[in-house]
Amino acid sequence: MNNMTANPFDMQGKDINWCPGCGNYKLLDAVKDAFYELDLDRRNLVIVSGIGQAAKLPQYVNANMFNGLHGRALPVAMGVKLANRNLVVIAESGDGCMYGEGGNHFLHAVRRNYDITVIVHDNMVYGLTKGQASPTSRMGMETSLQFNGVMLEPFNPVAVSLALNAPFIARASAGDGEKTKAIIKEAISFKGCSIVDIFQPCVIFNKINTYQWFRENTYYLPDDYDPTDRKLAFEKAIETEKLPLGVIYRHEGRELYEDLLCITHIPSYEHEISEKAFEKMLEEYR
Amino acid sequence: MHHYADEISIVFGGAAGQGVQTIADALVKVLKRNGYYVFACTEFMSRIRGGSNSTEVRITGKERKAYVRGIDVLVALNAEAVDHLEERIGEATLVFAEKDHVEGKEIKNFIDTPFAAFAKQAGSPVFSNTVAVGVVLGLLGISLDAFLAYLSVQFASKGEEVVAKNVKAAKLGHDFGTETAARNRIQVTIKPADTSPDELLIDGNTALGIGTVAAGCSFISSYPMSPGTGLLTFLARRADDFDIIVDQAEDEISAINAALGASYAGARAIVSTSGGGFALMEEGISLAGVTEVPVVVHIGQRPGPATGLPTRTEQGDLNLSLYAGHGDFSRVILAPGSFVQAIELVQRAFNLADKYQTTVFVLTDQFFLDSVASVMKSEIVRLPVERHIIRTDRDYKRYRLTKNGLSPRGVPGYGDGIVKTDSHEHDESGHLTENFGVRRKMVHKRLQRLEQLSREALLPERFGPAKAGSLVICWGSNRGVLEEALERLKRKDLAGLHFSQLYPLSPEISGMLDAKNVIVLENNATGQFADLLNRDAGVRVSRKILKATGEPFSVEEVVEALQERQHE
Repeated sequence: MNNMTANPFDMQGKDINWCPGCGNYKLLDAVKDAFYELDLDRRNLVIVSGIGQAAKLPQYVNANMFNGLHGRALPVAMGVKLANRNLVVIAESGDGCMYGEGGNHFLHAVRRNYDITVIVHDNMVYGLTKGQASPTSRMGMETSLQFNGVMLEPFNPVAVSLALNAPFIARASAGDGEKTKAIIKEAISFKGCSIVDIFQPCVIFNKINTYQWFRENTYYLPDDYDPTDRKLAFEKAIETEKLPLGVIYRHEGRELYEDLLCITHIPSYEHEISEKAFEKMLEEYR
Repeated sequence: MHHYADEISIVFGGAAGQGVQTIADALVKVLKRNGYYVFACTEFMSRIRGGSNSTEVRITGKERKAYVRGIDVLVALNAEAVDHLEERIGEATLVFAEKDHVEGKEIKNFIDTPFAAFAKQAGSPVFSNTVAVGVVLGLLGISLDAFLAYLSVQFASKGEEVVAKNVKAAKLGHDFGTETAARNRIQVTIKPADTSPDELLIDGNTALGIGTVAAGCSFISSYPMSPGTGLLTFLARRADDFDIIVDQAEDEISAINAALGASYAGARAIVSTSGGGFALMEEGISLAGVTEVPVVVHIGQRPGPATGLPTRTEQGDLNLSLYAGHGDFSRVILAPGSFVQAIELVQRAFNLADKYQTTVFVLTDQFFLDSVASVMKSEIVRLPVERHIIRTDRDYKRYRLTKNGLSPRGVPGYGDGIVKTDSHEHDESGHLTENFGVRRKMVHKRLQRLEQLSREALLPERFGPAKAGSLVICWGSNRGVLEEALERLKRKDLAGLHFSQLYPLSPEISGMLDAKNVIVLENNATGQFADLLNRDAGVRVSRKILKATGEPFSVEEVVEALQERQHE
């Protein structure tokens, strides 16, 4: 934490809509501190989110924001990034938004691999709609809708991202602010589509996956873990006994969508029509 | 004796993959080079191979932009084509086909045409399309020069031998056509137009594409869906020349959201789809409404509901675009009536979207997009690109309340301010709020621009006699067919009015609708525009001429429909 100097990403006097004790507060601090420590220019930083409690995060950060629709953070983030690749773009939302409503966009964002950081607040439950199962809810959890417990296999974002050869996949736990901040910094610095799934306790609707539960059911990958080994990463991704934290997979082998599309660094608000090309095009229809 | 002095309609029919389109493309190019006014339109089945497709090529002494039902010359490439087009084959229709393709059918003017034998003689059955073009040119009494030049360019990459064989095929066909004309006393004396070196030959997709490029569009994200795909393809082909970002989206929901993201960051963004794809974009239109992010939406209409008739035409999505998206907010709906108008309207769409920070729809349809016609290069209008983007200062507020409801538009990374945009109800700075007072102001802000938009609305264009007791109203692609039908009818009591802006309507239109009888002509089942005219301009429509079969109106059909009225 940077208590000594004011963080330029802080919002003054904002009424925050989260419940007392919510994991989102810790995540908000981690994200803002990561921005500050990376010395990002808030004028060039855009945080895109969907809908849900997690998606309110950019409301509380002093930076550009596009708070869009449920599930649609990623297409918006892509549009922003492609229209002006000089911007740093973060897509931030919850597990329901990114893996449920926006599941198809998630798959194709990883396939395209444009340079953004995807931060998913994974609390394994729906908060804003009051306690229903999320795609990552553990089997057997009783909810306000799943009265006989969750019946479905949970969505595994790490394994899915790996299957799609995402170039950067990490997992963090909001309860551990310092380590979470370090992982977010690494993800933002990475050039490509970085996926960061962050465990975040919901103190109201998820009485199972609590701060304590996450402490007891996770472990940090050791220093000698090789994150460039995809097969090893798969082994880690499908572990269920205890869930690994840290950078699970990272490799430099994928080209950026921006580069594949030959997008220049001229932002599209400065777009100009080539009159020569226009004239030449018309002549083709003679 | 068959004499065609003013116009002739030639139809090519065959299975998908047989080359109907290839033949028609070659023919219209050659005719255009010979200075004729040509118009071509296509109807095809939703399949890759087989079935029955046809293309109509009209040669006219005057510029025409409409489909006619009657066929003067039919070139049938298979037996099914004759069955498929049976209703359009009349007493006078000349049918060119292989003998076994018409076996057991009663055709008065059948001309046994050995396409396959000529093609074989030229070297291979694949040349039968070239033979067909040759036959038609011979029949029309047009020299082969332009076609031979076309062939040598078209097949240059395949080597001299292929070119030579095509030339031979063309000559065999041409000789046959010439002899047939002489033997059957067929005379075509349509005068070529005063050939302007200014003439370009384009289809509807190209017209939209030229307009989009001319507007300075720099971003399209779309999911392929007929007939909306053409614009996506056009821009993809031109992406490098014009620095246009082209993204094939995973679905239409992604497409519209990506376009809004790009527009938020300063791009001029468009999406292109059809009704079914647009149905998926609706939440995005609502998002554009609340965020005031400009976007242009092209809907190439085809018949619904649901999958409907994927490759056919209809004007059935006016209500869809008029009512798309939950909540109240502004929008604009445009529908071009000609290619030249389309080029201008697309530019206007982008300027309106930016100026009024709203969604602008451009409605076309399959008939319009797949039609081919000439446009004069000098008639192509270029509008100035008006972006209305400001450099932000430190205190910038994206939704600052102003007198006219429009807040100066900043984009991230340009200036010292930050730009916050929100799908929730928000305050001036873009942060979510549940304050009822703010809500009241923001609802008003978003709707206020409708009045300005209606004052700036394009007026409908009138044609026919200046004073008439009956007024026939059409919109979008039906301009050509109505104009031609009224010319044929030559009635002093019947005038036409074409709307290229459907919403909002100008307050001035009530003065233009003073006829006793108002008739509305629309390619849909319920008269969606007639309802809108009633809703927004209080117009009492006395009669609707509607068609929702999946086909465009033919000139003859409109003439008949308007004649019926006379007899009543």
